[in-house]
Amino acid sequence: MKRDLLKVVNLTKSFGGVRAVDEVSFEVAEGEFLGLIGPNGSGKTTTVNLITGYVKSDKGKVFFKGKDITGKAPYAIANIGIARSFQMVRPLYQLPAFKNIVVALRSPRVMKEIRGGKYGELDDIAIDLLEDVGFERDSFVPYKLASALPHGYLKRMELARCMALRPDLYILDELFSGMSMSEVAATMFIIEKMKQGGKTVIMIEHRLRELFRVADRVLVLNFGRKIAEGTPKEISESNEVKKAYIGVEVELA
Amino acid sequence: MVKEGYRKERLDRGIKARCDSIFMLTSYREILYMLLPRVLPIAALIIIPLVLEVSGQVYWQKVFILACVISLLAMGWDYLASVGLVSLGQALFFGVGAYIAGALNHYLKWPIFLTIPVATLGGALICTLLLAPIIRMRGIYFGMVTLAFPLFFNRIIEATKLCGGTEGLPGLTQFPTIWVATYLIIGALLICLFAFRRIIDTDYGMVLRGIRDNDRAIMASGINIYWVKVQAIFICAAAGAFAGAFMSHHIGIVGMSVFALDMSIMPVAAVVLGGGGTFAGATLGTFILVPLSEFLRAYGTLRIAIYSLVMVVCVVGLPEGIFHYLQRKYHQFDRWVTVEAKE
Repeated sequence: MKRDLLKVVNLTKSFGGVRAVDEVSFEVAEGEFLGLIGPNGSGKTTTVNLITGYVKSDKGKVFFKGKDITGKAPYAIANIGIARSFQMVRPLYQLPAFKNIVVALRSPRVMKEIRGGKYGELDDIAIDLLEDVGFERDSFVPYKLASALPHGYLKRMELARCMALRPDLYILDELFSGMSMSEVAATMFIIEKMKQGGKTVIMIEHRLRELFRVADRVLVLNFGRKIAEGTPKEISESNEVKKAYIGVEVELA
Repeated sequence: MVKEGYRKERLDRGIKARCDSIFMLTSYREILYMLLPRVLPIAALIIIPLVLEVSGQVYWQKVFILACVISLLAMGWDYLASVGLVSLGQALFFGVGAYIAGALNHYLKWPIFLTIPVATLGGALICTLLLAPIIRMRGIYFGMVTLAFPLFFNRIIEATKLCGGTEGLPGLTQFPTIWVATYLIIGALLICLFAFRRIIDTDYGMVLRGIRDNDRAIMASGINIYWVKVQAIFICAAAGAFAGAFMSHHIGIVGMSVFALDMSIMPVAAVVLGGGGTFAGATLGTFILVPLSEFLRAYGTLRIAIYSLVMVVCVVGLPEGIFHYLQRKYHQFDRWVTVEAKE
């Protein structure tokens, strides 16, 4: 049996009177592809924020590679090896696209591996990474200001920034939201390649068809509680999940 | 001015496009085009004191030195602003530097060439330690705390009679001649100007600008933004403390006025007038504001009224800042093109 990379125990967070995340526990094994789904406001993004340190938890612990990382600063967690993308894109609009990636390459985690980073070397690595996620190098897209790029590119730039950190665990927060059909298909190709490469991924997604194609295991949240867990097939047949998503139990004729 | 049926089009000048590659070195016109905006200001800075000396304007020589000092503070402000920290208390850096140099010279009789470096580094360190606890504050909250610090020191000195109290520390060693003082401060200004412009264009500078843009994205990239902000404060404080230490030796006395509100407001006004983010804009702004303010002394009480009016007209007329306007005119030309009517 593979060892657990990430272990979340009884994570709880309230905002005022609302229990955004309520006693959520789960594990992610090394090389596993975990899907995290749930209706809007069910606490998926808050769970990710709690794991990556953007929000302080009220209760509960997060273990990564057996070490307690609860309450560490976001940059420290990124350096330990958990890279996340944001649901709302957060690019550095004033900088060219490839410089957005260079910033991630300058983190202590990556600098240890690259050593030094002579003039222009980081730029080359960044542009290669951007090409991997579908930025056309020949049309100078990587050199454009982030503020001049369409939303689909910014989403993929988030993915490239995660890749730049060379993390042990990727957390992709609604990567496909706001992407066109063709962009989803292109990005799906990258995701499948990551899966084949044995990367450990937690993926939050509303596009269930794409998610179920790659996920090994799916976790369903509703009102901050974990309501179901299982293989994509089990989840798609679960009545409780249908109820959470649609509101009433429906008889499929 | 908007002409009916026309629209303004901005285009890069041909010469700017030609200067983008190494081939610019093959033509003296292109080389001149690149060098002039850099060499002319340096030459002006070096020549102006000589002209003032020849024409016997001792008073304006002092104004020129004051402008150099303020421009160091303004560039420091611009540097902090590039990390997204809005400081309203440049007087803190200035005053701490001034008092350290003054105290070392007055009580311990240290010579100038020791007090200025010690005051620069020591002052920067003290200011950084003072501001480090509030590094997590953003925007106006950080500004308010920095605004309070100089006032706090001002009153502390008055109440406790520390370092001479309201009398100040008189009889400090002065520079041997005015030339040493003038060219020392010009050298510091040029080093700061070009070093800051250089830093902001490196990958480290990208991180700085990124923090202002979106600090969460920088944290997600695994970079400790608080440590980077501390470094930025240290550099800004070092520039300010040097200016303060220089000033106390230049006028030979250090008093409570170094913590005055003027020292905090002038740099901000200069950057707003000159245009932020380029450091050259900050310098240009000070070299307009400081002489203007001295020139207006002839008008007595009306001085501040006229001064404010000029500020308002400039800021409304050129919200991007004078430097950005000049830069655009230098690199681009605009023309009116007809807009095809929508039928």
